[in-house]
Amino acid sequence: MKPLTDAEAASVVKESIAQIVPDADFTGVGPDDRFRDVLELDSLDFLSLVESLSERTGIRIDEEDYPELTTLADATRFLVGRSREATGTSPA
Amino acid sequence: MTATRTRTPAPAAAAEGRTTYRDAMREAMREAMRADERVFLMGEDVGRYGGCFGVSLGLLEEFGPERIRDAPLSESAFVGAGIGAALVGMRPIVEIMTVNFSLLALDQILNNAATLLHMSGGQLEVPIVIRMTTGAGRQLAAQHSHSLEGWYAHIPGLRVLAPATVADARYMLAPALADPDPVLIFEHGSLYNVSAELPAGPGFPGIERAVVRRPGTDVSVITYGGSLPKALAAADDLAEAGISAEVVDLRSLRPLDDATLGDSVARTHRAVVVDEGWRTGSLAAEISARLTEGHFYDLDAPVERVCSAEVPIPYARALEAAALPQADTIVAAARRAVGDPAPARADTADQRPTAGRPS
Amino acid sequence: MSAFTMPSLGADMDEGVLREWLVGPGDPVRRGDVVAIVETDKAAIEVECFESGTVGRLLVPPGTRVPVGTPLAEIEHGREPAGPARKDTLKPGTRARPAGPEPGKESAGRAANAVDSPARPAPEPSGEAACAGAGPLVRHLAQLRGVDLTALSGTGPGGRITRADVEHAPSPRAPRVRATPYARRLARDLGIDLTAVRGTGDGGAVRGVDVRTAAQGADVRAGAQADAAARPAEFRRESEQRTPPAAPAEEHPGRRTDTMRRAIAELMSRSKREIPHYYLATTIDLTAGQTWLRRINRGRPPADRLVPAALLMKAAALAAREVPALNGYWRDEGFVPGTEINVGVAVSLRQGGLLSPVIHRADTLAPETLMAHLKDLVERARRGRLRGSETTGATLTVTNLGEQGVESVFGVIHPPQVALVGFGAVVERPWARNGMLGVCPVVTVTLAADHRATDGAVGARYLTAVDRLLQRPEEL
Repeated sequence: MKPLTDAEAASVVKESIAQIVPDADFTGVGPDDRFRDVLELDSLDFLSLVESLSERTGIRIDEEDYPELTTLADATRFLVGRSREATGTSPA
Repeated sequence: MTATRTRTPAPAAAAEGRTTYRDAMREAMREAMRADERVFLMGEDVGRYGGCFGVSLGLLEEFGPERIRDAPLSESAFVGAGIGAALVGMRPIVEIMTVNFSLLALDQILNNAATLLHMSGGQLEVPIVIRMTTGAGRQLAAQHSHSLEGWYAHIPGLRVLAPATVADARYMLAPALADPDPVLIFEHGSLYNVSAELPAGPGFPGIERAVVRRPGTDVSVITYGGSLPKALAAADDLAEAGISAEVVDLRSLRPLDDATLGDSVARTHRAVVVDEGWRTGSLAAEISARLTEGHFYDLDAPVERVCSAEVPIPYARALEAAALPQADTIVAAARRAVGDPAPARADTADQRPTAGRPS
Repeated sequence: MSAFTMPSLGADMDEGVLREWLVGPGDPVRRGDVVAIVETDKAAIEVECFESGTVGRLLVPPGTRVPVGTPLAEIEHGREPAGPARKDTLKPGTRARPAGPEPGKESAGRAANAVDSPARPAPEPSGEAACAGAGPLVRHLAQLRGVDLTALSGTGPGGRITRADVEHAPSPRAPRVRATPYARRLARDLGIDLTAVRGTGDGGAVRGVDVRTAAQGADVRAGAQADAAARPAEFRRESEQRTPPAAPAEEHPGRRTDTMRRAIAELMSRSKREIPHYYLATTIDLTAGQTWLRRINRGRPPADRLVPAALLMKAAALAAREVPALNGYWRDEGFVPGTEINVGVAVSLRQGGLLSPVIHRADTLAPETLMAHLKDLVERARRGRLRGSETTGATLTVTNLGEQGVESVFGVIHPPQVALVGFGAVVERPWARNGMLGVCPVVTVTLAADHRATDGAVGARYLTAVDRLLQRPEEL
């Protein structure tokens, strides 16, 4: 498994959000906006997002990690970082 | 037939623009006699005395003894004479003093007036109008107070009208005279002094239809004649209790306007029938049965009846009042119908059939 | 045979669009099976069948808007499937030896049948064939008594079923309900089971208003206005019946939102008009709850994790058990306690508007189960896939507007319920405990309650109970 690129991670985040909010308009969501607020994700939505991200990337996301998933930029950075750690410990 | 020949005082001048029921009826007769020389009035004391209830006061002077004819005290004779006159083309108005006395003429009314068209194969029309007073409330005791109009409403071949308002007193006579068949008009004795402004011009609903006198949504109070003012008073009381009663005036007791009654009950889903006749075999029974036949699936409560106690109408004022439908007994029945019973009252009990001594 | 009718899926529903058939003629159905999807002003709802039997004709094609109570399909109660195959092979008058059950015979063609069958010319009256062994009088009698003719063996000439056979057959009918004719008609029109309706009339008779109350389930017309409030609905229905049925709806996308807006407007206006609300609020230290959640969520895959809402919901339901005066309805000038604690969950929809699906007996569910229900309900509410039974019966509503970041919510009670519990956002705040100031996760819980049903002291007891329960999350 190769580490995720920034672009891949960003698109996984957006796809996962779009799965939960089908008509999500990302033009209104800047990379540093709190997307939970902008897109009005409630805690159940957010849990679904975590579930989806975890499934799509194989990355384990704990509750402690939730604050890392506040903005699109944060989330992308988090996923890329974790995937590097994962591939670092178990090279493909 | 000797009682109560006390002369009714000349009607007090009605307030400006208002007409009494009595005057309205007189005006209707005056108009009819002016319009059609075949029309004449016949009855006991209708001429020189001006009518037992003063309805024909002054007509003798205006139309003379040929057309305002005092009859001997024989209902059978003068009703029969009226029927004969009708058969030969006249348009008689026959006044019978009270419905109790009309029983002496019942043979003429039922066996002749109501049947001749049928028995002659349609050749003989009987365009007679028979007016009579009905009902209680004036301490005239058991031989002058009954409400037997329901009996006449039983008879095919008759049209039976019960004007309950001044306007109906004024305008029902003309279409009754125009009807080629016998028409009976029942005037409740308590109504003669009622006064109201006469509506001008058109708007008279004819003699076929029942009329909603007061619209409402919770319960239909169906009544006629002398009970209409009581029903309207009851509706006022009910409104204060938050119950919206619709008051329907039958106007025509035969034929009954099933459509208007049915429409009302289809809206309110509850009915109270108020009828001053005795409950058993009453007009109220007929209406209740029709509502059940035609609107069973609209009914949300048993049809209530408020009728007179099954006794000869008493003379004593308190007893007489207790024997008759009153606003509070109507209110109690309406409350039962809507399922909102008021504190129990002793006098509602006599609205229920009782066993024991036949009354 | 009976009719499967357009159900009433809430106080504000007068009509609905039959969106999709999930069954076709000949399909066996059982009470509770989802048979169709109905679109209300608010949502698409999966509606269940109230009876068991076999689907007969479908009377309404998909896309049709019809008033509540309109028959949508025939449900036949004969033992055998009354599918087209049977009808085609039996001529009326044929001496019928009732065929053995042939369940599933039609199911192969089911998907195809489901949609095309309304266009098919009406088959002969069902039941004719099935009951050919009996004359019309006997069939009529059997229908009256609810006797299944196919289950009888005739004792008449040639095995014909006689009147006596029917009269001696055990009637499967439930005991007769004391109800007015109007109430019966209404119950039939609205698809309400009279045996489940509480009568308020003379001698417990079920009256029209009781049926309407039952039909509206959680959304019963409240209090003294019950009768009066029912009336406009009747008039609406009557006026609808005069207008021809609407053409199959190709809805404007904004329409549902608009109509939902109106439905909410009407309900909320009524609430504020009729219910004297009182409001209480308290802020609760959620340290214990958060710690507990973190502990049990640790190591669980995201799909199995709990959110604080599940915990809060459970506490709200359990507290209602302790303070039952807030759980139930205000009806006919009196409080009627709920027999269960059914929590309506206010779910906001992304396109705007609200739904309140119901978690039945929420007080009895473990937090994990409650969480699963919550996820499922919210997800389906937003997809428009709620079931009829999930839209009615709430005895108490909980709103969790805190999800959107606000700290307290002063709600409007959903009539005829008598209380609404609101949870704000879980936020970290300075918090004094034992004389020490620290930072704690806290949540503000509010109560809007009907002052006709309870007084402030009762409400205070409730909020105190919620607080106490949340301090021991492991016991929830």
